[in-house]
Amino acid sequence: MVRIIGILIGLFFSGWLLVSFGMGAKEYITNPPAETAEHEFHREAKDISFTSDGPLGKFDRQQLQRGFQVFKEVCSACHSLRHVAFRNLEEIGYNEDEVKAIAANWAIQTPDIDPATGEMSSRPPLPADKFPKPFANNVAAGAANNNAIPPDLSLITKAREGGAPYVYSLLTGYMDPPANLPDANQPGPGLHYNPYFANLNLAMAPPLAADDMVSYSDETKATIEQMAEDVSAFLIWTAEPKLEARHQTGWAVLAFLLIATILAYLSYRTIWADVKAEKKKKTADA
Amino acid sequence: MSFPWAKEYTPTTEFGQWMDKQLPLPRFVYNSVGAGYPAPRNLNYMWNFGSLAGLFLVVQIVTGIILAMHYAANSGIAFDSVEHIMRDVNSGWMIRYAHANGASFFFIAIYLHIGRGLFYGSYKAPREMLWLLGVVIYLLAMATAFMGYVLPWGQMSFWGAKVITGLFEAIPLVGKPIQELLLGGFAPDNAALNRFFSLHYLLPFVIVGVVIMHIWALHIPGSNNPTGVDVKGPQDTVPFHPYYTAKDGWTIGLALIFFTALMFFLPNALGHADNYIPANPLSTPAHIVPEWYFWPWYAILRAFTFDFLFIPAKLLGVLAMFSAILVWFFLPWLDKSPVRSGKFRPKFKIFFGILVIDVLILGYCGGAPAEEPFVMISQLAAAYYFAHFLIILPLLSSLEKPEPLPNSITESVTGKPLKTAS
Repeated sequence: MVRIIGILIGLFFSGWLLVSFGMGAKEYITNPPAETAEHEFHREAKDISFTSDGPLGKFDRQQLQRGFQVFKEVCSACHSLRHVAFRNLEEIGYNEDEVKAIAANWAIQTPDIDPATGEMSSRPPLPADKFPKPFANNVAAGAANNNAIPPDLSLITKAREGGAPYVYSLLTGYMDPPANLPDANQPGPGLHYNPYFANLNLAMAPPLAADDMVSYSDETKATIEQMAEDVSAFLIWTAEPKLEARHQTGWAVLAFLLIATILAYLSYRTIWADVKAEKKKKTADA
Repeated sequence: MSFPWAKEYTPTTEFGQWMDKQLPLPRFVYNSVGAGYPAPRNLNYMWNFGSLAGLFLVVQIVTGIILAMHYAANSGIAFDSVEHIMRDVNSGWMIRYAHANGASFFFIAIYLHIGRGLFYGSYKAPREMLWLLGVVIYLLAMATAFMGYVLPWGQMSFWGAKVITGLFEAIPLVGKPIQELLLGGFAPDNAALNRFFSLHYLLPFVIVGVVIMHIWALHIPGSNNPTGVDVKGPQDTVPFHPYYTAKDGWTIGLALIFFTALMFFLPNALGHADNYIPANPLSTPAHIVPEWYFWPWYAILRAFTFDFLFIPAKLLGVLAMFSAILVWFFLPWLDKSPVRSGKFRPKFKIFFGILVIDVLILGYCGGAPAEEPFVMISQLAAAYYFAHFLIILPLLSSLEKPEPLPNSITESVTGKPLKTAS
């Protein structure tokens, strides 16, 4: 009885799936889906590597500081970094006094409550504060940016398919639209063509427009590519500040597990030796 | 119950004897996973995934309890509390990555465990109840994993919750009220997040309860084995301890090597980038996909693209998706072949191989965007999936001529006939 009902249900599901397949295939052949411009012109992220890549990866602190400088002087005008605190900068090589100075001189104030009056007020950030947001809220952010809200950058290299290479590609990927780009995909007013962006046009104007927008203190030449690479490396750190601890712990754990597993395997072989010997005899006899 | 030749627990110390009289817990352990439980001597490595699933269940419970100490189940701060764990809680990043990847490893273990049961006929008499309890564990694990993925309250959490609870909407008449009851509102929000957290904490302990019954049901007939032939004498078995404790022990080490390599060096490889974007009800992600372990079922759900008479395609998809798993409950009565092990079923072996490839194809299509040709491929693959369980297996038991079975486990291993005591 179970089998008869089962066969009937199976015939129904499988049969209807095959009918659906037939109807779908007919539609697919007679009316094939058009190739979209997003699909045709979109480019995969450029091939670029960072010192933090791979199981042995470590941050290049000099590079992170350069990247922080780019964030501070360029990105932070529009983008927040709300999961990172000024005190975290000590992890990329600034000392306590430098962090205090960076916080105190930050261009944006931290909102607070005046302890005397209880009124809303603001003050220069302290090392314990997270980076203050450039806009009071999303409405203000949208109003100032052609209705496109600049995303928070703390997690951006983990929150985008393609990670840091994608961020680097986007920053260096602005170009004139190709001649054969359909009209529907031409950048409208306030939009900029960038084939690394999913729908080809984005509201952010090229943020790194010219070489030497920042002047590095370590005498690295601030080309667009260099600045883009440095800020991408900095954003790997903001997204995954525990990356070095993770890699180091990983190797220690693997070394321990490897030894423990080898010992466990050897004791398994010893324990099973008598049972396996009987099995070997079989192969010898045959 | 066990075989008559099982070793008897004999406490040697005075304390041991006193304990045995008052609470025979050591005796219970001895008879369950100790020398007092004889297991077939020929179990291959496919029999190791049950203990590995148990290992990862423990990993999930331990890491989950610690995460719950720092996580805040409130839609306003849930996302930030996860980042707080990642940045400010001591070793919080390790606990969270272990938990996120531990779920994947639990499902890897459970899928291989189910696959082993399917191939070696472990669902057949006298182990139907064992199999049914296993399916219950799988369903509970799916519910737990789904609700756990909602807790970080990222974009995929929110939209996954919306799509999955939206499935209930397809049920005629009562669908909408059921969906609202599940969510505590009209869309996923704080009420949904809170109840998902509560249930996500509860269900693993329900799973532990069913796992205990699963092992209890296992110990009545004892383990199946690669030949599928019943245990006939003492020579067919070895005591669970030290033989299988040693074998399980070293594979636990091996599994942990794979697990830690992934969680320390590629912790986000199995996740989705969109879940690092905070939930935003006003912005729909381009492709909403569940975690990889749900992809085959997601492909079946999306394979139904045409209404059947008055039944809408969406309802068909929902019915098919649930049926795809519920069919396992009927498997012991669908496959009536008296031969358990697929090793001795020449035709079954081929169909089983096709099923494995078929489910992998379904998984690939479930993770791909809902576009052609993936929908057409999943339609064919889903058609085979249902045909395999509901048409091929029932017919195969009468059409197939199985190969001769070995007389005993011992004979299959050593080539010598089993010496019977009588």
